Amino acid sequence: MAALVEDAAKTSHVERKTNKKPVKRYWEETEELKNSDQNTSDRSLSTEKTADRCTSTESTADGSTSTENTANRSTSTENTGSVKRRKGGQIPSGKKDPFPGEAPIPEEQLQKYQRGSKHNVPKGSQRKLKEAIAWSEKVSELAQKQAARYDLLLPEDAGFLEGDEDEDTCRISQEDIADAVDITSGSKFFNLHLSQFGPYRLDYSRTGRHLLLSGKRGHVACIEWQSKNLTCEMNVMETVNDIKWLHTEAMFAVAQKKWLYIYDSEGIELHCVKKFNDVLKMQFLPYHFLLATASATGFLQYLDVSVGKEIAAICTKAGRLDVMSQNPYNAVIHLGHSNGTVSLWSPNQKEPLVKMLCHRGAVRSLTVDKTGTYMVTSGLDRKLKVYDIRAFKPLHSYFLPAGASYLSLSQKGLLSAATGDIVQVYQNVWGGSPVTKPYMAHRVRGQVWGLAYCPFEDVLGVGHGEGFTSMIVPGAGEPNFDALDTNPYRSAKQRQEWEVKALLEKVQPELIGLDPGQLGKVDQGSFEQRHKERVDILGYDPLAKEKFKPKSKKKGRSSAGAIEKRKRKVAYEDQRDVIRLNVEEKMKQQKEKSSESQQLGKKSTLDRFRKQDK
Amino acid sequence: MAVSAEKEFAMDNEVISASEDEEGSDNERKHNKLLQAISSLGGKRRKNQTERSEASLQVSEFFVSAEGAGDKVGLSDLLGTVEKTTGATKTKKQLRNLQNRNETLELPLNKEQTEKIQRSVAYEKSAKEVTNWQSIVIQNQKAEQLVFPLNQEPSGPKRVEQVVAGWKAETALEQEIFRLLHMNKQPVLDPVLTAVEEASLMAMSLEEATIRRAELQKARALHSYYEAKAKREKKIKSKKYHRIQKKAKRKEFLKQFEERMTTDPTGALEDLKKMEMSRMEERMSLKHQNSGKWAKSKAIMAKYDDSARKAMQEQLQINKDLTQKIVTVSDDEHETPEESETVPDFVNEVEPITDSVNPWMRSRIPQEEPEISCITPDKPQTSEEEEEEEKEEKNEEEELLAEFQRRRTLRQTEDDDLIPTAAEEQIVNTCEVSREEVVGEGTVEISDSDENDSEEEEEEDVSQFNTLFKLMSSEKTHESPAPTQDQQEDEEQLDEGQLRVRNMEDLEGLEVSDPRPGTAAPLSMPQPTASEPTAKKSKREIDLSEVLTKEAKTIKVAMTPTVVEDEEHEEQISIIKEAFAGDDVISDFLIDKRKQEEAGRPKVVDLTLPGWGEWGGVGVKPSQHKRKRFRKKMAPPPSRKDQKLPDVIISEKRNSSIATHQVSHLPFPFQNSTQFESCIRTPVGQSWNTQTAVKKMTMPKVVTKAGAIIEPLVKEDYIKHKSTKPAGKGPAILLNDKRGAKDGKPSHKNKGRDSQKRRRNKP
Repeated sequence: MAALVEDAAKTSHVERKTNKKPVKRYWEETEELKNSDQNTSDRSLSTEKTADRCTSTESTADGSTSTENTANRSTSTENTGSVKRRKGGQIPSGKKDPFPGEAPIPEEQLQKYQRGSKHNVPKGSQRKLKEAIAWSEKVSELAQKQAARYDLLLPEDAGFLEGDEDEDTCRISQEDIADAVDITSGSKFFNLHLSQFGPYRLDYSRTGRHLLLSGKRGHVACIEWQSKNLTCEMNVMETVNDIKWLHTEAMFAVAQKKWLYIYDSEGIELHCVKKFNDVLKMQFLPYHFLLATASATGFLQYLDVSVGKEIAAICTKAGRLDVMSQNPYNAVIHLGHSNGTVSLWSPNQKEPLVKMLCHRGAVRSLTVDKTGTYMVTSGLDRKLKVYDIRAFKPLHSYFLPAGASYLSLSQKGLLSAATGDIVQVYQNVWGGSPVTKPYMAHRVRGQVWGLAYCPFEDVLGVGHGEGFTSMIVPGAGEPNFDALDTNPYRSAKQRQEWEVKALLEKVQPELIGLDPGQLGKVDQGSFEQRHKERVDILGYDPLAKEKFKPKSKKKGRSSAGAIEKRKRKVAYEDQRDVIRLNVEEKMKQQKEKSSESQQLGKKSTLDRFRKQDK
Repeated sequence: MAVSAEKEFAMDNEVISASEDEEGSDNERKHNKLLQAISSLGGKRRKNQTERSEASLQVSEFFVSAEGAGDKVGLSDLLGTVEKTTGATKTKKQLRNLQNRNETLELPLNKEQTEKIQRSVAYEKSAKEVTNWQSIVIQNQKAEQLVFPLNQEPSGPKRVEQVVAGWKAETALEQEIFRLLHMNKQPVLDPVLTAVEEASLMAMSLEEATIRRAELQKARALHSYYEAKAKREKKIKSKKYHRIQKKAKRKEFLKQFEERMTTDPTGALEDLKKMEMSRMEERMSLKHQNSGKWAKSKAIMAKYDDSARKAMQEQLQINKDLTQKIVTVSDDEHETPEESETVPDFVNEVEPITDSVNPWMRSRIPQEEPEISCITPDKPQTSEEEEEEEKEEKNEEEELLAEFQRRRTLRQTEDDDLIPTAAEEQIVNTCEVSREEVVGEGTVEISDSDENDSEEEEEEDVSQFNTLFKLMSSEKTHESPAPTQDQQEDEEQLDEGQLRVRNMEDLEGLEVSDPRPGTAAPLSMPQPTASEPTAKKSKREIDLSEVLTKEAKTIKVAMTPTVVEDEEHEEQISIIKEAFAGDDVISDFLIDKRKQEEAGRPKVVDLTLPGWGEWGGVGVKPSQHKRKRFRKKMAPPPSRKDQKLPDVIISEKRNSSIATHQVSHLPFPFQNSTQFESCIRTPVGQSWNTQTAVKKMTMPKVVTKAGAIIEPLVKEDYIKHKSTKPAGKGPAILLNDKRGAKDGKPSHKNKGRDSQKRRRNKP
């Protein structure tokens, strides 16, 4: 039978004793102790936050976090205390510390937080340069180590579904799973029968608490889906093509028959954006506050929702655009076209950044994974392809007998594909070995029209002709959430606070490009240009390495020969080390060879009877 | 003074004369004035004595003029009275000394000079003072953070020892514990000795130190004497002296060397090496050639002067000696000729190929088995290889030279291939041999770099060349009789020269000149030629079969879709589309890609100006030759990013929008962009780091406390820091005795003081 490990594991560390302090030492001053106590508690609060923050988006699949947070805090205080004690040097009794120094950090964790490669200080450079490089190296190492060290504050693991022997996990029905798990998790499998207003699209908010549903025939509903609390419901009396949450759950955009509308969570129409017409698909870029829309007229438009301005309108010249996805890593929009190509767009360029031919037929759906490494596409040729979009190379190609009309990737990399009225979930699509059978499968009542995973939950929402189905997919959601970025349990106050901060940290649309690290690079073009101009003005290259010019000496020491000698002293100084090593190696080899040959030469037939001296 | 006095005097006179009103005296006064004025013109003022020239009623006490008033007051005048008085012997003596002394004091320097000197002295002094601060300044510059006011207590947690220092065991339990600790000789406060203390513990005793110091002093003195002597000798300008000196030295050295030859052969060898070295140096310096000044003068004189001629000859002899290499008789030399006798020449056939640029030279060609067997059937292979290597090392230079020679001859013979000569035959042989070598591998390797360059012609050449080789190799297999020994030797001499085919004609010439055309040759020829060019061509253009060829794996679905899809109109359309999709999608894409590539390529610029150098006007076109000449081909752009991805088009447009946000200037200490980029690679923000890391990263360079007065650095705190130690921080254990031993003299004082104190304390 099915076993849900994840839910069982969670109950274990819900309750734990809080605030365990290190034992008081007799030499510690009482005042200081007070201060340090305050400090540590403060620090623990902050560290918890940052630890969550630095791993970006983590959380559990059920609602026991408030207690968990305190548990985390207690562990962190313990940890810092122990570190300090170790730092304190010798213990007055003179006894040796059996574990001297800092606690070691596992290499894997360090690797996880590695940012770029280390840069060595160049030989013979100026003091200031040396200091600058050394300082930055030191600091980045510290940052990496600390991030790795606080990784242990992310205690949750993703769950998974395990079948019995000779049992396919895809045969396990949703009802069985819902029966097996606890009640709160079980309640996450439900159906909404909405047969009146036609196939449904859906969208989850970034925190995963709110759900938007839009029927093709104008039904728009906004639900707090875990409590099944309906916040608003209306009929816009028009065809609805797509629906999307904006940055918070207070506003959402609806692409209706003609224009783009924006409503608030009460269902009050805030805007009708007439610059955006015939929108078929939408994507919201949360860190840029951009709403990207793809229209039937072939226009890709960007709306900055923080200032309400159209940032860019690009004519793609590729006909009707009804396949759209975003790359969460670099905020590049992917569009699928009827000629089998997928094009990548940024608002800064009127032509596609990349255009790749993926299918022989039209592209039906595409999705990009969270890390921006993989893209999965499906086409009319009934193929499902996995691409590495860093190298733009196909990794796997699968043939689905029915073809996939909708695709979606979860935070943990589970792929769901809708074929007709069946939703299939695949595990490990870009792994080394190709997938042969789905991880899970579920049949819904009508033709699937929308697919989306709920963030931080093991839930897949399916919109179809007969309503909406929420199904449980163990291991889909990220178990640890980043409380400063997307906190599912945030209060209204926290949300307000977050909104202000997010607006302050808004990323400008000019920074969207294939490589998000471009900002950290020197603008080579203008740098070179400027350098050239400078060289022209000065008449020499100030950055060039100075050629050695021997001093002129007196008393006949500046003869040609002497100068040559002095020059030779510094010639090839940069290569000398390498050359010396090479020569040494060669000499060693030669010696070995000669010794071998000597041994060989000395050997006679009687040697075998000689005593071996070893 | 004198003048003013005179005036006053005159005034007085006037007062008197006013009553008397004498005109004659008035005239006299005027005369006097004139005289005075004249005398004042002369520069030096004569000292006028105040004297009364006439009688008056009132005698002022200020104008007393005694007898001899104009004379100097002599010292003797003073002394006269002093002599009589008793006491004050000291002053008497001094005065007497003064009297006896005849020297006059020198004039003090004038103001400017004194000021200059003062300034320079002051500068030196203050410069010295300022340099004392240097280290502190650098330290502050280097410091990660400076907190003002400076001498604050560090706010962080204190070390245990520091805290404990001011603490006393008071309760009974604590005292008990400490007694126990003391009994076990546990260090209570600062258990670890610092490195300095450790060193001081290890230091030597006072006697040793004095002995050592004396030794050092002596050595230094000797050294200075020697230096002085050397300097003196060096200053001697006589050339003859130096020459003699040098000769003597050389003789001495030789003598020593001979002595050493018998006693210490290894040392002698070293000496020999030294000699060789000096010889080499001299040789390099070109000293003994006829180019020197002296030599030239001698050359002129040589005609007439016998001695000059002799000197010249000597010089030449020296030159000859120097330039001749000393033949050192070593063991290696003995061995090699023997080896060269035993080892057949073919071992060296495959020469060490150093030319990395030339791909033809790169592949190391394996030897054919049968040849080896026919010449040296008895030699074991391993030894051969070793010897080969050895040989390579030794004769590399000679071989290279020989090879060049051979190539030259080869080229010459190739050029005049109309006349078939013996040399020609040899070439053919070489061809055969090299072809044999090629057979082993099948094809000649072409380096990657060449591929990248890939000009069409070259590639064609290469492919044809390959086929030719293959063809020839097939000939060889049909060739039955083994060549005679002589022939083979000829081959061996030649075969090292790799054939260099410069153009197709050369190749054809080779083919024609082959005296023994193979019968089966044409059979094997067509296959490779047919296949290779196509392969090359297909590389350049995208092959249709390459696009979208990823093998698809079918996935078995647990449930089959049951929904009838024909309800949906769109689906039907899509199915129709699917039927017709496929090939045209790919070709469209490829056309699109080609267009993009074309657009990215720079165009040829036509710079022809009509009418220059020829007739111009309506309807006259510039000549073909001219147009050809003035068409400028632009440099090809760097290869596209999607060059190796057939089904991807990557836009080559530069994203200029991000440039406004990027750094365009390298900030100060950085010398290249990689350094700077590596320095900013770690994000600073709170979103990516822990709190402590953020604090550390954004730490301000200078921190000041609000309201606190920041006072300038106090010199005593920093510069004399070494001598005085802060009281609190020192280790509690007294190490004075040992430290004293190291310091030497002061320690005695300390000891003395200590003991005195103790003594005082005792009673």
